[in-house]
Amino acid sequence: MQQSVTVIARYTFIEGLRNRVFGLTAVGLICLFGLTEFIGELAITESQQIQSLLIGSGMRVFTVVTVSLFVITSMTREMHDKGFELILSLPVGRATYYFGKLLGYFALATVILLLTCILLSIFSGVAATFIWAASLLCELGLIIAVSLLCLFTFNNVTVAFIVVMAFYFLSRSIHAIQLISASPILESHAFAHQFMLYLVNAVAYVLPDLYGFTRSEWLAYGPGSGVLAHVLQQTAIYLPLLIAAGLFDLYRKEL
Amino acid sequence: MDLAYGLTKERPFRVVPAWIIAVFCSALIMQLIWHRLQPRPVPVVEALPPAPAEKFLALASFGEQAALSRILMLWLQSFDYQPGISIPFKQLDYPRIIDWLNAILALDPRSQYPLLSAARLYSQVPDNARRRMMLAFVYRKFLEAPDHRWPWLAHAVYVAKYVMGDQDLALKYARAIHTHVTPGVAPYWAEQMELFVLADMGRVESARVLLGGLIASGEIKDKQQLQFLKQRLQEAEKDSHK
Repeated sequence: MQQSVTVIARYTFIEGLRNRVFGLTAVGLICLFGLTEFIGELAITESQQIQSLLIGSGMRVFTVVTVSLFVITSMTREMHDKGFELILSLPVGRATYYFGKLLGYFALATVILLLTCILLSIFSGVAATFIWAASLLCELGLIIAVSLLCLFTFNNVTVAFIVVMAFYFLSRSIHAIQLISASPILESHAFAHQFMLYLVNAVAYVLPDLYGFTRSEWLAYGPGSGVLAHVLQQTAIYLPLLIAAGLFDLYRKEL
Repeated sequence: MDLAYGLTKERPFRVVPAWIIAVFCSALIMQLIWHRLQPRPVPVVEALPPAPAEKFLALASFGEQAALSRILMLWLQSFDYQPGISIPFKQLDYPRIIDWLNAILALDPRSQYPLLSAARLYSQVPDNARRRMMLAFVYRKFLEAPDHRWPWLAHAVYVAKYVMGDQDLALKYARAIHTHVTPGVAPYWAEQMELFVLADMGRVESARVLLGGLIASGEIKDKQQLQFLKQRLQEAEKDSHK
C-alpha cells in the first residue's frame, strides 16, 4: 500500500509541475514582492512590518485559492479522463488512492509554501516565518482535504470551489459572527434571535478554528506562546475528520 | 437487490470500511470536546484607524467609487457596534470620523449618506463641542454644493437651535441656506428658516425687515405662505412684549 501511495503522490506532484502551478506561484511572488517594495518605499515608518504583513496576508489567500482550485480541477480532469477508473481497476484500494492524492497535493502545497517562505524571510524573522509557515501548511492540509471532500460530494468544479471558499471564510470569521450575534444591540428574547444564537454556536462547534491560524500579525510582532500548539491540536483533530468524510464519499462513489 | 444497487449512483453504506466510520465518529467527538474546551471569544475594542488619502481610496475602489463609498459608510456607521461591544458616541474619535466622512464623500460627492450621518447620527452625541465639530463639517460641505446638500444644513439649524440652544449658530446656518441655495430649489420653509430663527431670538425688527425684503424681491408669491409668515411674526412680536 505504501508503495502505491508514493507512486500516486509522485504523479500528482508531477501533474502540478506540468500545469505550471509553481510558475504561477513564482510570478505571483514576484508581483507581490514588487508591490511590497513599492509600498515599503512609500511608508514613513514600520516599512518592514508593512511589507511582511502584506506578503503574509496576500500569500495566505493566494496559496489557499491556488491549492484549492488545483485540487478540484485536477481531480475533475482525472475523473473525466477515466484516470480514476483506470487506477482503481489495478490492485489499488480506494483508501490508497485517496492517501496518494492527498500526499501529492500536500507535497505541492509544501513547495509553494517554501517559495513563499524564501520571500518572507527577507522581511520577517526566521522564528516568526517558521511558525507562520507551519500554521499555513496545516491550513493548506485542511483545505486540500475539504476540497477533495467537496469534489467527491458535488462532482462539479464551480459548486465544489464555492463551497470550499464559503467553508474557509466562514471558519476564519466564525468568532466575529459569534460575537456579533451575542452583541447587546441584537439582544432580545425573541425566539428567532435565540434560535440564530444557538445555530451560530452549533455551526462554530463543527468548524475548524481557522481564526487562530496563520495570523499575519505573527510576522510583524512575533507569534504568542502556544499558538503553534493550538494550530497543531486543531489540525490533528479536524484533518482525520475531513479525511474520514472524504473516504466515506469515495467508497460510496459508483464507478 | 442487485437491480436496486445498479440504479443508484452511490454504493450502499455497507461498502464503507468500519475503520473509516470509527475514525469519523471519534474525530467528530474530539472536535466537539476540543471546541468546548476552548476559551470563549473575547470582544476587543478597536480604535478607529486614520482615514486614508482620497487618491488611495479611489485607487482601491478599482473604478467602483460609489460602491466603495457605500461600503465604507456602512462600516463606519457600524463602528460603534463592534462585535460584542457597544461604544458610546462620546468615546469615538470625532476628528477621525470627520476625516472618514470627508474621504467617503470625496469618493462619491453625490451621496447624501455621509452628511445625513453627520447631521442626524453623530450630532446626537451629548457633548456640544463634538456636535459643533460635526455641524461645522456639514456647513463646509454644504458650501461646496448648496443646492444638493441644503437638507442637512437645515437639520443642522434644528440641532443648533433646539438641541444645543445656540441661536447664533442656528442663525448662521439658516442665513447660509437663504443666501447660497438657488431660489426655488429648497421648499419655502427651508428658505425662510432665517426668518423663524430671528423671530424666535426676539429680533422681531430684523425679521420684519427680512420679510419686507423677501416680499419686495418677489421671492414670496404665494398668498398663504405670506399669511403664514406674517402670522408667525405677529406671534413672535407678542412673545417679545410679554
